[in-house]
Amino acid sequence: MITAGIDMGSRTVKVVLVEEENAGGKLNYVVKGKHLMFPGDLDGDAAADKAFDEALSSAGLDRAKVSAVFATGAGRKMVNFATDSVTEMSAGAKGVSWFFPTARTIVDVGAEEGRGIKTDGTGKATDFAGNEKCAAGAGSFAEAMSRALQLSLKEFGDASLRSDKSIPMNAQCTVFAESEVVSLIHSSTPKEDIAKAVLDAVASRVCAMVRRVGIDNDVVLIGGMVHNAGFVSSLKAAMDLQEVKLPDMPEFVSALGCALLAAERQH
Amino acid sequence: MIANYGYKDGSGEYYISIDTDKCINCEAGRACLTGCPKGMFETMTDDYDDEVVQIKQNFRRSLAYDCAGCKPAGGYTSLPCTTACTPGAVKHSW
Amino acid sequence: MSQTSTAPTAEAKPEFWRWQENCWADETKDWKSAKAITVGIDVGSVSSQCVVVADGELYAYNSMRTGNNSPDSAKNAFKGVTEKTGLTLNDVHMVVGTGYGRVNVPFSHKAITEIACHARGANYMGGNGVRTILDMGGQDCKAIHCDEKGKVTNFLMNDKCAAGTGRGMEVISDLMQIPIAELGPRSFEVDQEPDAVSSVCVVFAKSEALALLKAGYTKNKVIAAYCQAMAERVVSLLERIGVEEGFFITGGIAKNPGVVKRIEKLLGIKAMDTKIDSQIAGALGAALFANTLVQKQGPQAPIAC
Ligand code: SF4
Ligand code: SF4
Repeated sequence: MITAGIDMGSRTVKVVLVEEENAGGKLNYVVKGKHLMFPGDLDGDAAADKAFDEALSSAGLDRAKVSAVFATGAGRKMVNFATDSVTEMSAGAKGVSWFFPTARTIVDVGAEEGRGIKTDGTGKATDFAGNEKCAAGAGSFAEAMSRALQLSLKEFGDASLRSDKSIPMNAQCTVFAESEVVSLIHSSTPKEDIAKAVLDAVASRVCAMVRRVGIDNDVVLIGGMVHNAGFVSSLKAAMDLQEVKLPDMPEFVSALGCALLAAERQH
Repeated sequence: MIANYGYKDGSGEYYISIDTDKCINCEAGRACLTGCPKGMFETMTDDYDDEVVQIKQNFRRSLAYDCAGCKPAGGYTSLPCTTACTPGAVKHSW
Repeated sequence: MSQTSTAPTAEAKPEFWRWQENCWADETKDWKSAKAITVGIDVGSVSSQCVVVADGELYAYNSMRTGNNSPDSAKNAFKGVTEKTGLTLNDVHMVVGTGYGRVNVPFSHKAITEIACHARGANYMGGNGVRTILDMGGQDCKAIHCDEKGKVTNFLMNDKCAAGTGRGMEVISDLMQIPIAELGPRSFEVDQEPDAVSSVCVVFAKSEALALLKAGYTKNKVIAAYCQAMAERVVSLLERIGVEEGFFITGGIAKNPGVVKRIEKLLGIKAMDTKIDSQIAGALGAALFANTLVQKQGPQAPIAC
């Protein structure tokens, strides 16, 4: 059986196709295809449709083979051809359990959201706390500051790894922080130190949110900020942890979780 | 006077209000100062020359994060600050 | 000071967050015959004001942009008054500083918060019927409730979030490529009043505004949606402290009808008119506090600087 999960984020659409195999009474799930797309001018449903087609063709499948399509993400209600939808929390927790069955705390930091999810090992989300409506608590805070420094987000993260200073940032708002960063640049503060100050600030806000659900090992980070090595290091420091596990296709975790949930619901 | 310290941002409204009329002749021996694990309260002389407490400046723009430790997502029944303040001068908006 | 005006009126030209420098003195009065002369200095993040009160009555003021540092801004604000009236620090019986740079006014005897000063100043300008005061500046927003004596009974401040401050307005002005002063009037040039932009956060509201443009909204309509969001936000803050008739608006926001008219509509209350430029409310309140202190404690020796 093949099922699909579509994650309609605020900026990108992600699709994952999963096949269920029955290996002697034990169910196994294999990723058959995936696709990530920027919707550009397309509206939600059309973008999801196109991304779905791309994923199918990457797997050499056609639509008739797909038993169920679940959607998740901020724009999940826009996907008209989806058979059902699930919250980001449920999808995230399910997806993480495929990579790390030992995960208990999930930290999800994307461009527009920062949240902590508690999970029980079966892939269920049992509790969550988050901040989705203030850009200062999410990745876009770091993006705005990297723009001010004229660095890509990745360069920004790498730069921060070269700093061992901790400069506190006063501004708690993305807009005011931009001015603060500009004045740090003018006062010739090294870029590395500014980058670290910014990533430390995001990490400490995210960490405060995650503390509300409790921090238990294993801790897994998902969402776009996985690619930012500087952020990962700031987060470890803020949470006082030796290790934070990172899935190897972080942007697809929710779409994958969605496809897995779709498969389970067929039974 | 009701003094509201905190802010409202995209994610919500986070104010700690202090009813300074109850604060002037504190009947709890300023228990808030030691009750808050983060030490967020301090005394000051206000503009009308009364001694009252306030939230320290460096916490006023990050209350949602600073108080997160006292507010587990699974719910809570009481807060150290509002419990310590028996005259009932301290209230949270969230 | 280059600019002078004959009456203490608010500028006719709508100017938003960019302050018009302005110096005025009551020519019918002579400070030399006053028993108590007090000065209030308000050093804000954008503009600084100096107000002179003679025997408890407004006598002169000067308003200008805040410079690089607070002490110089305070000195310059006072210098403008000296040039206009001949009054020097030696003639002043007490100086009170207020505003965010209040502790850095080198010649002040005391610092009082802008909250208390705004309430006191608004009580003088609008009379003792003033109960609710909104002050929205370039980087913050304050809501104050006061009694008939101008004493604060409830207040809140928001200086964490750029939404609902002049800064939030600057962002939309940049995005639309429309001067900030035109935003208010343009927001009424729409075929139909749109719903407010749904995101409070300036960062997300920006993306939303772009999406609205793409969806075929005119610039004016996007601005209207943004002004409405701003108004709704301010009203929610005001409601926290309790809105009562006697509504007084100060700060840069007073000069943006696009937001003010929408606030009035949401509250069902009209803001009070004032003959005196409302941006001096804080400094005026500080000078009035100083006057009360002189009555109680006698004149203070000037602090040289
Ligand atoms: S909730 Fe906790 S951290 Fe916040 S003020 Fe009260 S005691 Fe302090
Ligand atoms: S404008 Fe700033 S503080 Fe306000 S919601 Fe956005 S990022 Fe947060």
